Amino acid sequence: MLELDRVTRAFATPDGGTYCTLRDISLKVGSGAFVALVGPSGCGKSTLLNIVAGLLRPTSGRVRVGDEELAGLNRRATYMFQQDALLPWKDVRDNVALGLVLAGRTRADANRSADEWLARVGLTAFASHYPSQLSGGMRKRVAMAQNWIIDRDILLMDEPFSALDVHTRQRMETELLALWEAPRSAESFMVGRAFQAIRKTILFVTHDLEEAIALADDVVVLSAGPASHIVARHPVALERPRDLLELRTSAAFIDLYRTLWAVLREEVIKSQRERSRA
Amino acid sequence: MFWQFLVAVIVVASWQSLVAMKLLDPFFVSRPSAIAARIATWTIDGTLWRHLIVTIEESLLGLIVGAALGISLGFGFARAPAVARVFDPYIKMLNAVPRVVLAPLFLLWFGLGIWSKVALAVTLVFFVMFFNTYQGVRDADRVLIDNVRMLGASERQLVRHVLIPSALTWIFSSLQTSLGFAMVGAVVGEYLGATRGLGYVISQAEGTFDTTGVFAGMTVLAVVVVIVSVGVSRLERWLLRWKS
Repeated sequence: MLELDRVTRAFATPDGGTYCTLRDISLKVGSGAFVALVGPSGCGKSTLLNIVAGLLRPTSGRVRVGDEELAGLNRRATYMFQQDALLPWKDVRDNVALGLVLAGRTRADANRSADEWLARVGLTAFASHYPSQLSGGMRKRVAMAQNWIIDRDILLMDEPFSALDVHTRQRMETELLALWEAPRSAESFMVGRAFQAIRKTILFVTHDLEEAIALADDVVVLSAGPASHIVARHPVALERPRDLLELRTSAAFIDLYRTLWAVLREEVIKSQRERSRA
Repeated sequence: MFWQFLVAVIVVASWQSLVAMKLLDPFFVSRPSAIAARIATWTIDGTLWRHLIVTIEESLLGLIVGAALGISLGFGFARAPAVARVFDPYIKMLNAVPRVVLAPLFLLWFGLGIWSKVALAVTLVFFVMFFNTYQGVRDADRVLIDNVRMLGASERQLVRHVLIPSALTWIFSSLQTSLGFAMVGAVVGEYLGATRGLGYVISQAEGTFDTTGVFAGMTVLAVVVVIVSVGVSRLERWLLRWKS
């Protein structure tokens, strides 16, 4: 579904040099897979996601989506940002319906779908509220509905829950998995695509290894920046559906955590050394 | 509210009594009772409405034309940074021109009627609207833009759903200032040459050392500004209701 081929990204620095954030990233993500990208802060994880989204162009290397090389915005993906990306001047219903309205659906039709999605994320009572009137967790739910309603094949998530408190965060993770594991709407089949994966392909960026293991099928570890590259890729052989409340204390989980932490630890230390030098 | 009224009562009462005690000369400062009487006369004989209507008409026209020009140019410049860079020094130069010196020119160009006053109001309103629109579009949150583009927005939809609303928040919050400026433009224009309007009334009164008339005109103007600004802040609160 997604393939990165030796993707490198450099930025011009104010003093005239170049700063390389990503170097030679090659990565394959299968259709319907949930892949988590972990790495120390400042290692270019968000840059990588922006490249897959088509918001940034790689300095060199290629991105393939499905059978096509990515040029311009990735029209098969939606993107859940770390920051709040809801339009503050639209109420919850209009925010959720936005993607459908942009695609030219009638207002009434879009609102009907939005209401269904609001019911699914438990926010029916808040349809006419503005984002500023909601809690952080509720805003994330609205963002999930906003992303899910247009039902693209790929979902990019950039530390979507990092601003939430631990308990809200765990609830959001559970809801994310529930949405992902549930069959996708019949609507997506009516679009008439030849092949439709049952599940969305998710690329999930986080700096929290626990979150990565709990959610993903595969955990990819990025090295400390600059010139970040992939240092490890590890499958997560935990059964689904997963009970996130129990999972974290299971032996298999702890084993995985130990293995991956051994790799990530080095990079975290390196990145801290790098930062204290700067 | 109570304290606000109290301040007004104390100021007016001490003004009146200082004049009554002959500590202040009514020739220079008039007295509140005379000013009130004058306003009452004007209200009854229709003078007030005749002039007030003209001033309000000029202010509103100035506001509308100034806003239309300022918003569209501000928007255009924000979307075309190269053009904005070229015109930047000229905009700053024009904005630095004291408007009072323009008034005689406008009188020459547009005559003694309302349009020379509208033009003066426009020069004041334009820059407030222009800078706010420009800033509002430039300041539109990067993440909101990226999100809406990822959700499938075309360039036109991006303008409609993100850039315009983002600029509107800036424009609405400057509405208060713009309206004040529009009235200043109208009144100053009338003051310098007109046949009607509150500014004209004040300047006529000044010409005959009629301080009561001057203060009466000023009072009417002040009351109108307060009423309008209450209305505008209500409107602003409603339009920006999503900002809890």
